[in-house]
Amino acid sequence: MSFEEIKSQAILQWKTMQQSESIRILIGMGTCGRAAGAEDILDVLNQELVKQDIQADILPVGCIGLCYAEPLIEVIKPGKPSVFYGNLTPELMSEIIADYLIADNPRSDLALGTRGEGTLDGIPKFFNLSVLKPQVRISLRNCGNIDPENINHYIANGGYEGLAKALRMKPQEVIVEIKKSGLRGRGGAGFATGVKWQFCHDAPGDIKYVICNADEGDPGAFMDRALLEGDPHAVLEGILIGAYAIGATEGYIYIRAEYPLAIQRLRIAIRQMEEYGLIGDDIMGSGFKFHIKIKEGAGAFVCGEETAMMASIEGRRGMPRSRPPFPAQSGLWGKPTNINNVETWSDVSAILAKGADWYAGYGTEKSKGTKNFSLAGKVVRTGLIEVPMGISLREIVYEIGGGIPEGKRLKAVQTGGPSGGFIPESLIDLPVDYESLTQAGSIMGSGGMVVIDEDTCMVDMTKFFLTFTQAESCGKCIPCRWGTKQMLDILEDIANGRGRPGDIALLQELAESIKDGSLCGLGQTAPNPVLTSIRYFRDEYEEHIFERRCSAMQCQALISYYILPDKCQGCMICARNCPVQAIEGGKRMVHVIDQDKCINCGICLDVCPPKFGAVVKVSGTKPSDIPERPVPVVAKS
Amino acid sequence: MSAIPTTKVGENGTASIKLIVNGEEVEAKRGATVLEAALGAGIYIPTLCYDPDLKPYGGCRLCVVEIEKMRGLVSSCTTPATDGMVVHTETPRVNQSRRITMELIIANHHGDCLTCAKSQDCNLLKIARYLGIEQDRVERLRKGTQVLPVDDSHPAFLHDPNKCILCAKCVRACHEIAVVGAIDIAFRGSSARIATFGDKPIAESICKSCGECVMRCPTGALVPKWEKPPAEEIKTICPYCGVGCSIYLGVLDNKVVSVRGDPEGSTNRGSLCVKGRWGYDFLSHPERLTTPLIRIPGVPCGAGHDGKVHEIFRETSWDEALELAANKLLELKQARGADSIAALSSAKCTNEDNYAMQKFVRAVIGTNNIDHCARLCHASTVVGGIAAFGQGAMSNSYSDFEKTELFFVIGSNTTECHPIIGSMIKRRVRFGGAKLIVADPRSIELSDFATVRLPHKPGTDVALLNGLMHVIIRDGLEDKEFIRKRTEGFEDMRQLVEGFTPEVVEATTGVPKADLEAAACLFGETKSACILYGMGITQHTTGTDNVKSVANLLLLTGNIGREGTGFSPLRGQNNVQGACDIGALPNVYPGYQRVDDPALRMKFETAWGCKLSDRPGVTVTEIANAILGGDIKGLYVMGENPMLSEPNLEHFRQALEKLEFLVVQDIFLSETAWLADVVFPAAAFAEKDGTFTNTERRVQRVRQAVLPPGEAKADWEIISALAGKMGKPFGYQTASQIMEEAASLTPVYGGIRFERLDHDGLQWPCPDTSHPGTSFLYQDGFARGRGKFHAVDYIPPAESISKKYPLVLTTGRILEHWHTGTMSRRANVLSELCPSGVVEMHPGDAARLGLIEGDLVVVTSKRGWVEAPLHITEKSPPGVIFMPFHWREAAANILTNDALDPLAKIPEYKVSAVNAVRRRKKLR
Repeated sequence: MSFEEIKSQAILQWKTMQQSESIRILIGMGTCGRAAGAEDILDVLNQELVKQDIQADILPVGCIGLCYAEPLIEVIKPGKPSVFYGNLTPELMSEIIADYLIADNPRSDLALGTRGEGTLDGIPKFFNLSVLKPQVRISLRNCGNIDPENINHYIANGGYEGLAKALRMKPQEVIVEIKKSGLRGRGGAGFATGVKWQFCHDAPGDIKYVICNADEGDPGAFMDRALLEGDPHAVLEGILIGAYAIGATEGYIYIRAEYPLAIQRLRIAIRQMEEYGLIGDDIMGSGFKFHIKIKEGAGAFVCGEETAMMASIEGRRGMPRSRPPFPAQSGLWGKPTNINNVETWSDVSAILAKGADWYAGYGTEKSKGTKNFSLAGKVVRTGLIEVPMGISLREIVYEIGGGIPEGKRLKAVQTGGPSGGFIPESLIDLPVDYESLTQAGSIMGSGGMVVIDEDTCMVDMTKFFLTFTQAESCGKCIPCRWGTKQMLDILEDIANGRGRPGDIALLQELAESIKDGSLCGLGQTAPNPVLTSIRYFRDEYEEHIFERRCSAMQCQALISYYILPDKCQGCMICARNCPVQAIEGGKRMVHVIDQDKCINCGICLDVCPPKFGAVVKVSGTKPSDIPERPVPVVAKS
Repeated sequence: MSAIPTTKVGENGTASIKLIVNGEEVEAKRGATVLEAALGAGIYIPTLCYDPDLKPYGGCRLCVVEIEKMRGLVSSCTTPATDGMVVHTETPRVNQSRRITMELIIANHHGDCLTCAKSQDCNLLKIARYLGIEQDRVERLRKGTQVLPVDDSHPAFLHDPNKCILCAKCVRACHEIAVVGAIDIAFRGSSARIATFGDKPIAESICKSCGECVMRCPTGALVPKWEKPPAEEIKTICPYCGVGCSIYLGVLDNKVVSVRGDPEGSTNRGSLCVKGRWGYDFLSHPERLTTPLIRIPGVPCGAGHDGKVHEIFRETSWDEALELAANKLLELKQARGADSIAALSSAKCTNEDNYAMQKFVRAVIGTNNIDHCARLCHASTVVGGIAAFGQGAMSNSYSDFEKTELFFVIGSNTTECHPIIGSMIKRRVRFGGAKLIVADPRSIELSDFATVRLPHKPGTDVALLNGLMHVIIRDGLEDKEFIRKRTEGFEDMRQLVEGFTPEVVEATTGVPKADLEAAACLFGETKSACILYGMGITQHTTGTDNVKSVANLLLLTGNIGREGTGFSPLRGQNNVQGACDIGALPNVYPGYQRVDDPALRMKFETAWGCKLSDRPGVTVTEIANAILGGDIKGLYVMGENPMLSEPNLEHFRQALEKLEFLVVQDIFLSETAWLADVVFPAAAFAEKDGTFTNTERRVQRVRQAVLPPGEAKADWEIISALAGKMGKPFGYQTASQIMEEAASLTPVYGGIRFERLDHDGLQWPCPDTSHPGTSFLYQDGFARGRGKFHAVDYIPPAESISKKYPLVLTTGRILEHWHTGTMSRRANVLSELCPSGVVEMHPGDAARLGLIEGDLVVVTSKRGWVEAPLHITEKSPPGVIFMPFHWREAAANILTNDALDPLAKIPEYKVSAVNAVRRRKKLR
């Protein structure tokens, strides 16, 4: 079958489905959906539909991005706009089946929004929701819309058009197109993709490789997983285009073994491509030959680093090596190799299909296109987002994210994961592009974005990232191996009230030297959280070191619990629940916490009846009039 | 800074480059790193992980520098120097980074420098001083608290992870030089450390104990257990195998206290194996012979050697012992004729010792009855090599291996027997793109590296080689021009191999047809191939045929007489090449000059001033029968131990016990010496001057490092003294005088003089004192003119399995031991690493015989029985068991067949029919 035939067949299948007279239900079955209980919802759906004898097609789709609203479904009744429902429980699902599938009440109280022509009373347009309105979906274009295990869905939505177009061009023309689009590496470093391809294209050698870096390892980052689960072909098509442009005939997808669903969907996708002749010895009859292998990573963060990844593929311990030689000159098995991240590859296929100019129409002068982020932390609407470059942090946090829960104050936004840094609330209008983030001391990174509110201690948060980088350092170079450990040790001392007066300067000195001296990106960026937290939140370090105080009250060693004598009613609940018997007192006696025994677990605070509110948590100060020994409760006058 | 980049292209096409380092112009070879360029110009850059022998690593980050137009600090050890590059090695930024890096190491380095075995040699300490690390700056840092257990499981060295800085030199040496991979970095972050597979103690790992890691460790993390800092170092040659590694013996108070490989030595480039690294404490072993011994009258020769020395021998003076020996030998000569006396010279002794011995036998005794253990290892190589090429020595050099594209290893367990050559092959295959064919009945370490494996049945080498040639000719892959221009006898050979179709060969050898064809194609299509072989080829009744077949294959494909190609018989002992070269053979004078050639005989008669016998003498393997037949009455054994190394030992014992007079000269009371009438205490290799000739024909200097124990003397001194006692004094004062005399009579050694050997020795042929030596032979022609093909038909081994003896026994060496264990079993590390002999058997055979691992097994042949613990391993193919021959307690040679190759008189050690059954109790 020619590609044209394949395409018309796919479109036919897609149209038939669209125009079908039966109800269609799309259910988010990505890992996020499953974790939120989508499988239970699916069970209910299946059972109820049979029980109620409702004719409906169920289509499992990838994550549409609204992780906070999972489990999420989209119900399409013929002739009506589709309706999204989120935060489903089996009970709510049953209600929706009864009310909307059987009856005709779309339950505007439960619906999130509608999509398609027409409106339904009391339900907003889905893509007009503030969470979606600022977003532009290029790399995630099909996620949540198509069945990721059906190649026809992808093809019907314009899939493999980019490849078909590329194969009609000369490889160099493809590279020029990518250069023109201004696409920069979405893995984090932001190197111009077209230029990188050019290096590899120009490198002498008959065997060349392309690698897709799917070793997403930043804590809290899930952009690549969602993309691979939701639309694997978009990535694979990009890889093929890149391979063609560079002159590679073999490729690897290096993916963490912790992403079983993504791996499964990639395998299915590759098998389907083989059936359609979209991968193999003569792709689309063009003579272009390409094969791809999936290499599962064993869980080392550092294997996301290019040279470590190649060592791992070669069967060696995943440790980075110095450059030069660069992978484009001597990479996998010593051959010229080009590595791009999952998101970059998906962008590539979109760029080829729709043109460089179209893509470059989004973003800023130096940062073109869109960027995926996994928005997480203290924000109302967490999720996977894709925004045009140049959007402000404020829009992301307040428009898309819906602000900080419980009316708390925003303290900072952390971007770039453990390699990134903290951007303080004062810089909330910073545009999100490579240069601005770097200037603020952070990085774009692969797309982790953690919102931090006033209850977060910056020393504690920094410690968290250092704990991670310290444990994930490969151990090869000394500045990273011992430097991250040293910074962590100092941070732990500070958090535990053992900080020394020179520690802030020492941390800064160490951080600069570690950035300077480390072999690979892991060590070179690991100090970023330390440097930016000191840069913007030095006062928090100082209060820990000089006042032994944690104003966010997160550092356990620096907080104390006291029982206020004028509030305690001597009910004994706290004493009974104290795991270390640190509370003395008796019936109708004001209880007293023995500070030497107390382990600051906070159970007393949790169990003290709210109507008394006698237990307080403090840091650095002690409430007045706390008795040494239990005294009788003074009867309320 | 007049920095205009210039490129100068040298005569050989390589270019040099110029860069600016700290404002000075520095010239470097293209391809050098910035670090190498700086070091070459005398600009110091500190580094802990750089090693010129290893690939750039860039781990320690101490060598960081600033390079203009490059971002950040870069590690100079990994960055190629380029023309016009401007480098700054000592900027404030660089120094700050280095200091912090070093402070971080120190803060996490546990251990007290005072008690550290590395003490003054510690590179960490040196660099910390260079960087001016201050205590109070280190004090600001949090000290590492993790303390890891020390691994002292290995008898030779300690691994203290608390002193490890993770420079990974050990790991890299293990992977890149030894190509073993016993250790790697395990775990991550601050927990990262060096570990074996499964984090087991190193002694339980696949470690080959070569010590490449230990010698490279810059700190006290890997330290030898027994070494001490020496007062001086003496350069000499390792006394173990024929590779001939150059070493430095460290001496303190007349004792060898340290050993290191000579980095300049072209044989080994600083590398050593387990024996060469740790095997020297036999020198000061309490059992060393220190005075001459005389058998107490009335004690029968057969009195076993389990008795006490003083019940059998009495100590005596040199004068009395020499007098007794001289009188007894003269008596025998007069009564029975000179040919009633025979002597065994030694492949372990120097060329000078051997020259003196053969001269003593020929000129003083008056017979050609001199031979040595080369008879037992490479006699067939000499005979076969001479027949094919006119010369029996290795035709190529180790340096050729660097250009070899295909190694064909047949009948050589190279990594066990010639470990340094084994590593060279592994490196060429793993890192150099070379291919490897391994033909061996057993699965050896090299099999894991092989492109094609040919596990043929023991003793079917001729069939296998003929099969390869059949396919090469069938497919037209032979080198027709070479055959036409440089060989003869091709047609006969071609007709013979016509019958060796892959089907026939598969039936004979058990090698699948497809593998045979794959190997033949590979061999036929590769431009430069060499064949390495060992005892697996030579120790057969068809040993000479086997060697001729090897030669045929080389001639057929034109793989000889060019760089990268060649004929590589791997000589087993340190000086077996030299002992042959220098005439310790019954049919030739030094330099392979035939005793039955009147002109040559006259040359030696003139030089030595006496009449010489024109009759070739008896060989080692014929001696037993000659004694038992009454032809030989007296035997003089120097530095050999036939009582363990001969096949069919019981037969040999009976012969020795029948002798009228036996003189043994050795460093220990060997199994043979226990039977002697007179024992002369000899100096070991480290106690005398002289030369050894290694397997690549390199004559190298052996130098005295310590004095011999007690009254022990160099072998040549003892022989000279005995000659004096017998009325024909040699008059040698030094070993070099002997070499001068030998060189004057031995054309291929004509240019060998001690002073010419100082740097790296000389490879013969070296006809005159201005000749630089010869790296590879036959460039312009073979020693016999044209290379000769031989039509060699397959003949099965002398003994085949039967109902009573259903298994094939094959014997050989193991890495940790050497020869009859006289030295290696008295080296603590070696005997601890491998204390006893074993029988290796395939799991299938073991199951069939109802045997389990560790069972004490009795192995029986027609000739006797031995017992040894069983080791079950798939290294042995079904139906074949293997025993090393180093242990007198499990003397494999009691079992071996003394059937001989008709031409070379080499026995068939490699194929004996045996049976194996369980002994009562189980050993662990």
